[in-house]
Amino acid sequence: MADLRNNFVGIKSPNPFWLASAPPTDKAYNVERAFKAGWGGVVWKTLGEEGPPVVNVNGPRYGAIWGADRRLLGLNNIELITDRDLYTNLREMKQVKMNWPDRALIASIMVPCEEESWKAILPLVEETGADGIELNFGCPHGMSERGMGAAVGQVPEYIEMVVRWCKQYTRMPVITKLTPNITDIRKPARAAKAGGTDAVSLINTINSIVSVDLDNFAPNPTVGGKGTHGGYCGPAVKPIALNMVAEIARDPETYGLPISGIGGITTWRDAAEFLALGAGNVQVCTAAMTYGFKIVQEMISGLSDWMDSKGHRSLDDICGRAVPNVTDWQYLNLNYIAKAHIDQDACIKCGRCHIACEDTSHQAITQFVDGVRHFEVMEDECVGCNLCVNVCPVENCITMVGLEPGTLDQRTGKVVDPNYANWTTHPNNPAARQAAE
Amino acid sequence: MGTTQSGIHRGRLAPTEYETNFSDLHPRLDDHEALVAADRCYFCYDAPCMTACPTSIDIPLFIRQISTGNPVGSAKTIFDQNILGGMCARVCPTETLCEQVCVRNTAEHRPVEIGRLQRYATDVAIATNTHFYERAARTGKAIAVVGAGPAGLACAHRLAVAGHDVVVFEAREKAGGLNEYGIATYKAVDDFAQAEVDYVLSIGGIEVKNGLKLGRDFTLSDLTANFDAVFLGMGLSGVNALGAEGENLPGVVDAVDFIAELRQAADKATVPVGRRVVVIGGGMTAIDAAVQAKLLGAEEVTICYRRGKEQMNASEFEQDLAASKGVMIRHWLQPKRVIARDGHVAGIEVEYTEMRDGKLTGTGETGVLAADQIFKAIGQTFEPAGLGSLAMASGRIAIDAEGRTSVANVWAGGDCVKAGEDLTVTSVAQGRDAADSINRMLAAGAQPSIAVA
Repeated sequence: MADLRNNFVGIKSPNPFWLASAPPTDKAYNVERAFKAGWGGVVWKTLGEEGPPVVNVNGPRYGAIWGADRRLLGLNNIELITDRDLYTNLREMKQVKMNWPDRALIASIMVPCEEESWKAILPLVEETGADGIELNFGCPHGMSERGMGAAVGQVPEYIEMVVRWCKQYTRMPVITKLTPNITDIRKPARAAKAGGTDAVSLINTINSIVSVDLDNFAPNPTVGGKGTHGGYCGPAVKPIALNMVAEIARDPETYGLPISGIGGITTWRDAAEFLALGAGNVQVCTAAMTYGFKIVQEMISGLSDWMDSKGHRSLDDICGRAVPNVTDWQYLNLNYIAKAHIDQDACIKCGRCHIACEDTSHQAITQFVDGVRHFEVMEDECVGCNLCVNVCPVENCITMVGLEPGTLDQRTGKVVDPNYANWTTHPNNPAARQAAE
Repeated sequence: MGTTQSGIHRGRLAPTEYETNFSDLHPRLDDHEALVAADRCYFCYDAPCMTACPTSIDIPLFIRQISTGNPVGSAKTIFDQNILGGMCARVCPTETLCEQVCVRNTAEHRPVEIGRLQRYATDVAIATNTHFYERAARTGKAIAVVGAGPAGLACAHRLAVAGHDVVVFEAREKAGGLNEYGIATYKAVDDFAQAEVDYVLSIGGIEVKNGLKLGRDFTLSDLTANFDAVFLGMGLSGVNALGAEGENLPGVVDAVDFIAELRQAADKATVPVGRRVVVIGGGMTAIDAAVQAKLLGAEEVTICYRRGKEQMNASEFEQDLAASKGVMIRHWLQPKRVIARDGHVAGIEVEYTEMRDGKLTGTGETGVLAADQIFKAIGQTFEPAGLGSLAMASGRIAIDAEGRTSVANVWAGGDCVKAGEDLTVTSVAQGRDAADSINRMLAAGAQPSIAVA
């Protein structure tokens, strides 16, 4: 039985599945239900400074895109930080932490970018017994217009400054939550590290307009005829999040910096992928908002069963295992040659591979063979691009098969070279030519 | 009255039972159901379903249009190929056409519900009275169409779109042909056949003359003399005889007449049916008659077919439908003699059959099935009349690949030609293609001829 216990910057939880700071963690009622369902930890919905709380819109706050059968693929929201009184939140946090001492409870915080503001709130949070704090430098809507959230997260100097204040004024571990609405995610991560952060968490939501109401010509969600960009999340953002996590995990300047992975995690498999790319644990929101808290049971059993089947005993066995295999394009082996192969027994003859290849790629898949509808890869045309694999509706029907070194690549007429060779030394690369001269 | 009284009687059921029994077999998909069903389509390239459709409807495209919330555009995709796509969606044996070849069968043994999706889209267009075609400028050409069934209507519509004036001669009281008279009631509820006729005719330029029968009221030569082209789409008016003694007794009925009577009856309770009904035949007509006899309250309905299950023309789906309604299907039985009591049908003597040396042969073993009503459903025949010297092939009108007959400027299509399958959708395809051929002929005639050296 795999050990799923998680120790993230000293914060212990029975499993690596935390609920991200968001509507599901806004009050004791929800968090109690989450812990009962089995969540390892929660990041309480972002607290603001003392005084009258923020207000939310009273119209729709969420928009979505859907796949087949209205399966939710992407969600966006224009909700702000908690709109409840600071002390109400703090009182509830303290009670919940007392009720659930084995679970992680993290306070997400967003106050104005002034030292006094941070200095004032940190002792209040510390007093709840929270296990750590997460600095919300990511919220892309509303709060950013007031100089907080993503407005801070987009300026590395501010990140470093605020992290430094937090490390100075609290003993709690500091997790810095990053916005993806930036060109190079490594810059804010490096700044957070420079400020002394214990960890980063990412990604926060992505600036987005999910759809346009074509009757009213206004973005969705439409509030009284107008809309604004919201924060995008859910399964659709996972690839963006994975890349950003990997970028930080493999950056020499931030290598080893603990990462809490966030972004579209819906199943145990998604979670395992984040862990493999260097995340120490994961945070989930949209999946819970779509299906309820019970999904964590699938995540726990799925991760555990997969680890058992592969012989991984603890999270340490898998965390970061894929990081060494993330590289730059220029280091990919140009002598690795693969061809698509269609399993004729599995093929249902929909023709999608053919038309995708024929219309948009390399004209390497037949439509007819001897006058009969038959889809087969022409190896002398196949560049191994993988498009057919991706458009095929049948799993494992089309696979990419690597050519053994020494065999003939029918497309190029050359024998497959067993040696690794990449673009840096390729004769077509001007830089390589220059170096040789 | 009830189902147990012997003899042939009307009103065997309570009024609500009639309503339930003759309601829509496959109710229209609602919007959500349609989206879910449409999502299953893979949008195949050179899709097998499209190839299997006799009218070559672009099925992946119309389903994609449904899935993107454009049922009206979807209906146009359907009507472009098949103006009677609404009825075909209801009556096509999709399980042996488009749905049989759906690639989903390979993986899941369950095809995309193409027929029901087609009905969904066409219903939206017809219900909202959305029309997609306008007549071209009038050409001044006049074309006669004989028969207002699927072939004739499809032909007339396409000719009208091209700007020709069309006169349709229809022997019966209403247009629609088998759609009106020959389809089981539960497959075309709410007078859909007439709604569809109205929809088709709304293009304009088509005049339907009812009550005029070829061979009785006019001849083919009358038409060729007065029109630029003629399309013959008469259908089959003859019914095969059982060849069994006593088949003219009261209580022995042509299944097609029974089906038509039921369709035309505003109140199904007025249609009489026997307590024990035997249907002779193995095609769709046999199934339609048997199922509806059961639905009218017959206590016991038996189909006797002289060959095995595999040879039945009725599709697997239709056979299952009959079984689910409580119809007994018996194979390898042929009629020998209708047995009478007091001048009325009392039963039928049947003989077991077998294949002997590749030939269907009676075994000599016989038995009697009690029956107070017998339906004949062993096929229909073409009864040529008023056609002059028009060439025939296997008892039906001979045509070439374009639908041209042996007589100049005369085309034919539908059940009156030999095509192999007597399907509504095949008739539509033939009527449509004949119209295209007529158009080409008329267009070529309008061009100055070019001498070729």
